Amino acid sequence: MSFMLGITPWPVLSATLWIILIVAALYLIRGTAHKTIQAAANGLHRSFKIASKAVTRSEKNLAVRNRDVLLAAGREAKERIIEREFDRINETVRKDLANYSALHRSLSESIGRIEKDHQEAVDVPPDPPGWVKAVEAVAEMDAKEGRAHIGSILSDIHKSLIKAHKEAMGAYHVASAKRHKLLRHMRPDWRKIQQTLAAVGKNVDSLLSRSVTIDRHMQEYEDIVHGQDRAVSVLSSSSLVNFFVSAFVLCIAIGGATINFSLIARPMAEMVGGTSLLGNFRTADIAALVIILVEISMGLFLMESLRITRLFPVIGALPDKTRVRMIWITFSILFLLASVEAGLAYMREVLLHDELATSALLRGEMGATATGEYMWITTAAQMGMGFILPFALTFVAIPLETFVHSLRTVVGLIGLSFLRALSLVLRLLGNVFLYLGVLLKQLYDIPLFVPLWLEERMASRANDDALMGRVGQ
Amino acid sequence: MKKSILIALCGLLASCSTDTTPRNKGVYMLLDTSGTYAEELTKAEQIIRFTLSRLDATDSFAVARIDTGSFSEKDIVAKASFDDRPSAVNRQKRLFAQQVSDFVESADPSPYTDITGGLLQAVEFLNEKGTGIKTILIFSDLKEDLEAGYIRDIDVELEGFEVIALNVTKLRSDNIDPREYLGRLEEWQGRVEKTGGEWRVINDLDGLENLL
Repeated sequence: MSFMLGITPWPVLSATLWIILIVAALYLIRGTAHKTIQAAANGLHRSFKIASKAVTRSEKNLAVRNRDVLLAAGREAKERIIEREFDRINETVRKDLANYSALHRSLSESIGRIEKDHQEAVDVPPDPPGWVKAVEAVAEMDAKEGRAHIGSILSDIHKSLIKAHKEAMGAYHVASAKRHKLLRHMRPDWRKIQQTLAAVGKNVDSLLSRSVTIDRHMQEYEDIVHGQDRAVSVLSSSSLVNFFVSAFVLCIAIGGATINFSLIARPMAEMVGGTSLLGNFRTADIAALVIILVEISMGLFLMESLRITRLFPVIGALPDKTRVRMIWITFSILFLLASVEAGLAYMREVLLHDELATSALLRGEMGATATGEYMWITTAAQMGMGFILPFALTFVAIPLETFVHSLRTVVGLIGLSFLRALSLVLRLLGNVFLYLGVLLKQLYDIPLFVPLWLEERMASRANDDALMGRVGQ
Repeated sequence: MKKSILIALCGLLASCSTDTTPRNKGVYMLLDTSGTYAEELTKAEQIIRFTLSRLDATDSFAVARIDTGSFSEKDIVAKASFDDRPSAVNRQKRLFAQQVSDFVESADPSPYTDITGGLLQAVEFLNEKGTGIKTILIFSDLKEDLEAGYIRDIDVELEGFEVIALNVTKLRSDNIDPREYLGRLEEWQGRVEKTGGEWRVINDLDGLENLL
């Protein structure tokens, strides 16, 4: 600096000279400098624009891939649902059609019996004679008119008729009772027919409702197959819901596994030693963790063998006989591990008591070693938990499958959002550099305001002279 | 991608590498049974029980008496190297406490006090056990009183050892001239630190939390 200010005896003059020199130099290379700035800005702008386009292309590719994945997953899920619905319909139809001949026979027999009873009930018993009143009137004439000879005959007829009347009435009552009895016999048949028809109606209703459900599923399936936007939107939102719900259930399962771990880690020290280390972890802890992981694996295989989940296609594709064998094997291993855990949970309690007793002894509290009366409840609860938790963890397979499947979609959506944001940022940066070039050119011109003003004045004067020359001519 | 998998595998293997440095504790406690100090043994029993409660599987613990000639295995009252299994450790601790209790009930006062011999025995025992942390507890007034003929003016190598003097009681003569007491403490501290050991004094037995 001192050199720069020392080119003349007066620093101010030196500084002025330097300023003039620099401004002159900058003015001379102004055109080149502007071109350089513009070229750099354009270059950066174009680079970022190209990068942004590349990211946008990737985003589109990812979107297409996501859409394909989503549709494929949705198609598979829908196929499973429809297949299951058809299975149910098949089951209902098979069951009902198998019983249809028996049902028909039962209905025909019931109807036949009713018809027969009805026919028999239709036979009307004879009415009592209608001329009894006339005979009674004739019989009364005897007393009024004093015709004793006719009276005795009529009296006999009267008696005979009364007797016949009584007999006819008796027969009538018997016949009526028989009819009532027949009608009474018809009641259970009616009831049976009613029940049978109600059952048939229920089955038909069930089939109808299932067919409506299948129609709906088929419509959705068609939408998925045709790749309609509405189907993609529905699948995407349901996938997100599935992701969060399954993540929540998995968190609960992790909590269960942690409790399970704490139940067996302590007694594990009795089996593998309490101080040996594997890396930075206690071998007992690792052993307990391995047992829990093996239980979860067995649970996964069990669920796969039962065809509840489809994480391993190999298991699902096994022959039924092998699959059933696998069910029994995995269940047996799970049962044994659950029993081992129950035993370890019991041992944990025993060890805890032992340790408490020793601590009390070392503290000099002899009375404190006595076991509480209700301690068996804790022991039983721990054993129960040790036995139940492995089976409960088996069901982790279901949310795990949902989580894995929905994770693909969620990761795709996150990737899509990231690429979209990156593309936007790159585009913005490209524009920023473009305008930065313009700004830099303006900034470059600020110190050159004097020569630029002079240049402008000279140009203006030259223009004026040229104009005046043209006017003069 | 392959590179990151390789790095992750290397990291996993590195974390699985077995650390061979022992992390177990070894404690050797010397009990002064000379003269009137023998009356303090009930306090020593409490300290032993506290120490037992602080020790864990694979730790080693020994309690030895200081008598006329303490450089001997015969002076060890109770010793145990705790098993790896928690249940066995509890059994060992109960047995150890019982042995100490029996000793406290039947201990006879010794006419002389050979602290250096006991220290040598402690160093030998703990070195043999090869524990990661080595602690020697001296429950004594630190007044060494050797029988004629016993040579104890030797440096005990205490590199890696922590020596803790417990319940260093003041003698009647200390009350007359406290310099004697302070001099004893300084002398022992000097002997321990000279050979690379660490020295600590705990007289307040209510504050044993920092003992181990």
